[in-house]
Amino acid sequence: MAKEFIARGADLELKKIRKEFPGFTAIEELDLHVPAGEFFALLGPSGCGKTTTLRLVAGLETPTSGQIFIGGEDETETKPHERPVNTVFQSYALFPHMNVLENVAFGLRQRKIDEPLVKAKEALNLVQLAHLADRKPQQLSGGQQQRVALARALVNRPSLLLLDEPLGALDLKLRREMQIELKAIQMEVGLTFLHVTHDQEEAMDMADTVAVMNKGRIEQMGAPEALYDRPKTVFVSKFLGQSNLLVGEVESTSANSVSIEVAGNKISVPKTRAEKHTGKIAIGFRPEKATFTNKKPAASSSTNIIGPGEIIDIRFTGVSNQYLIEVPELGNITVFAQNIGKSPVTELGEKVWISWSVEHSFGLSDLPNTGEAA
Amino acid sequence: MRLSLGKLTFPLYALLAFIYLLIPIVYTFAFSFNDSLKTNLIWRGFTFDKWTNVCQREGVCEAFGNSVLIGVVSTVAATALGTMIAIALVRYRFKFRRSINLLLFLPMATPEVVLGAGLASQFFNLGVQKGIGTIIVAHVMFCLSFVVVTVKARVASLDPVLEEAGKDLYANPRQVFWKITFPLLLPGIAAAALLSFALSFDDFIITNFNAGSEMTFPRYVYTAAARGVPAEANVIGSAVFIAAILIVLATQINGERKRRMLLKKH
Amino acid sequence: MAFAAFSSTKSNGTSKPKKTGRVVIALLAPGLAYLGAFFLTPLIALIMVSLQAQDPYGGIGDYIPAFEINNYFLVITEYFPHMFRSFSYALIATILALLISYPLAYFIGVKARPYPLLQKLMLTLVIAPFFISFLLRTLAWKQIFSNESWIVTTLQDTGLLEADQYVVGTPFMVIFGLTYNFIPFMTLPLYTSLERLDTRYLEAGSDLYASPSKVFRKVTLPLSMPGIISGTLLTFIPIAGDYINASGDFLGSSSTAMLGNVIEANYLQINDYPSASALSVLLMGAILILVAGYVKKSGTEDLL
Repeated sequence: MAKEFIARGADLELKKIRKEFPGFTAIEELDLHVPAGEFFALLGPSGCGKTTTLRLVAGLETPTSGQIFIGGEDETETKPHERPVNTVFQSYALFPHMNVLENVAFGLRQRKIDEPLVKAKEALNLVQLAHLADRKPQQLSGGQQQRVALARALVNRPSLLLLDEPLGALDLKLRREMQIELKAIQMEVGLTFLHVTHDQEEAMDMADTVAVMNKGRIEQMGAPEALYDRPKTVFVSKFLGQSNLLVGEVESTSANSVSIEVAGNKISVPKTRAEKHTGKIAIGFRPEKATFTNKKPAASSSTNIIGPGEIIDIRFTGVSNQYLIEVPELGNITVFAQNIGKSPVTELGEKVWISWSVEHSFGLSDLPNTGEAA
Repeated sequence: MRLSLGKLTFPLYALLAFIYLLIPIVYTFAFSFNDSLKTNLIWRGFTFDKWTNVCQREGVCEAFGNSVLIGVVSTVAATALGTMIAIALVRYRFKFRRSINLLLFLPMATPEVVLGAGLASQFFNLGVQKGIGTIIVAHVMFCLSFVVVTVKARVASLDPVLEEAGKDLYANPRQVFWKITFPLLLPGIAAAALLSFALSFDDFIITNFNAGSEMTFPRYVYTAAARGVPAEANVIGSAVFIAAILIVLATQINGERKRRMLLKKH
Repeated sequence: MAFAAFSSTKSNGTSKPKKTGRVVIALLAPGLAYLGAFFLTPLIALIMVSLQAQDPYGGIGDYIPAFEINNYFLVITEYFPHMFRSFSYALIATILALLISYPLAYFIGVKARPYPLLQKLMLTLVIAPFFISFLLRTLAWKQIFSNESWIVTTLQDTGLLEADQYVVGTPFMVIFGLTYNFIPFMTLPLYTSLERLDTRYLEAGSDLYASPSKVFRKVTLPLSMPGIISGTLLTFIPIAGDYINASGDFLGSSSTAMLGNVIEANYLQINDYPSASALSVLLMGAILILVAGYVKKSGTEDLL
């Protein structure tokens, strides 16, 4: 069975793609390379141009300028039905007048491939829905429809599979289950998956590479861990997880670090982790990387310290406690403490100092809009 | 007591209204079994003769045949033209939309006698001989707008993503239309065609202006009305009525069956 | 459904408009050309014929192109009673149809909502008269109310009618027939708008201490306005131009002749094409003014 789907995914390359609609520009200028066989996620808020990108690759829209290569072939001008690409649509788009099996066999029939029904049945086996082959799509649950849509696309063994928020309509529990299943299927069939989503957890969980898109541009691209560990822009630092940002002029530069002064505290970031080394810069850190103490910790070149601040809110979320600490002249800082039974301070109104390792700081290329640190 | 009477007001009213609506139908049906002579005014006894020998009365079946022919041809033409317009109106944005909507609305807002006289004047000016052809031309004209309105609703409820999915699955534009768009629009198109046939089959006023000496079933009844309409006309009318009701009931039962099937999903 | 033709239709957002192109032209051109050739130009032909003058060298039915505005003044003076009759009959029949249809549509669309199958069955009964020939069902009423029928003899015996008075041929009979024949055109649009009526509004109304009649006037009636507009237009227009019910061979007599009868007689029987055309143009004009005013006042912008 798995042998049937030999890894033959192709790579995708977008060169200087621009897409304008009457009245607005959906994509400014996009260069993107998705290596063959990769699970690639395009992550961004609604309206960032990610669905337009997907539709351009599928051929459902034509770019205003730029070129699209699939497996090295220029596909910019080809019609959607001539492209070796299949899509799992957000609403699944199953044909209501055909049963499940005919839906899956549709693409095979169009390409006049032998034994379409046999192959369609095999694809349904892959998603464990062979027993529902005779049903009409409307009789299936959301999760089942989603799998049929997946089988209908996969059965054609496309060079490139496009997934347009395929899990968006499912409830949380089912979505997490399908995430695992989708990833397993991708590993099994070895095709190139281009997955569009606004759910950062979904993207980080499944993708080999994540590209964060904002306002028609790719802000940053990389492996999920790398993106999270070292975001390069304010948008990425906020969209992928949470961040505390501190803004100040660069005061001093040593051999391996850059430092700013914020409200009387010296904050440093390793040079290798900072985008800019001069002028006004923003330095950030993740809430779970910081700790806080009642007493001011001893100063150290490897630790950043700010404070004192006052705990103004404590939220209990189960695995961790989230503290909101108001630091004068700095604004609010969020700190997560894992719920391991020995939280440092748990009283509202207590005065605390916040500290984190310089190694965990990251310097951004741009500044937050409002100048607000939190 | 007062409460139960209040509750019964509406059903009783509806019952009376339906009796009122059905009286002429029952009358026509009953008198198709009248053992009448030339006219069919008074009850002379029960017979199946008029049903079994309906074509014996001169002109009835010819007129009926003409009406069916005219109805089928006009329906096919009006449905094709109207469906195309409906798709264009829903799926595309273009200039002159409002003018086109107005042009489609006007024939429905024009009294039939004006449509009939206008077209007759046109044929007269052009020196066209009136006959089956001119009747069909007239019927396509007044059915067209009704088709557009009926199909438009269906096109609007068709999700364009389904057509995109078809393209994505290697169907070329022609295949997308015949395998996806058309089957999904079919209920709307069928409803439009039925409406169109019904309008054409029962039209008298426009037909009368453009028929020349050609007979249709309504024209036959109109001409016969002066002398008395034979029971055979009642037979045709009743048969058409039964056929139409059966079609409507079949669609309804089918719809109900589908609804039930969807209810017991999963 | 076609019967919602006159009410406003909100376009639903799922269909994404695409660009103009050759496809649109290919889709629109045949149908619009058809309407141009067989609807618009005939209207122009009608106006032209309405201005023609009698051919001084020809016989009856021979006319020459002219600009005889006088035709209009002649038909207005000669046929004013028929015009008045047409519009007053149409008005009375439309109001009667509305009064009869509204409770029926309300019952089917609101009261019978818990029973969808019954709703469908009743709707079928409403449109059932469409399925039997218009002329046959009109003739059926003629015979039910014929001079020899028990209804008329009973009325005469009880003194409600004089011994030499009959029903067929009277304005009552014509209006009765018009009302009956066009009731489905009224009931269906009313049903369509009442069926969408959210009963929670009614509950909210009575919750706010409104009496049932006040709830009807302040809530139900305004919400069913699109159906009332659509229904009255769909009823009034065909009635104003009808000539079957008022015809002497059906329910009327010469004293009930309407505009349609006059147009038919002038056009098809005495071949006075200019008069028939002038009357048609006047009828069309009157209807258009009426529709435009009605539509403007009620705010139904999107006609189709």
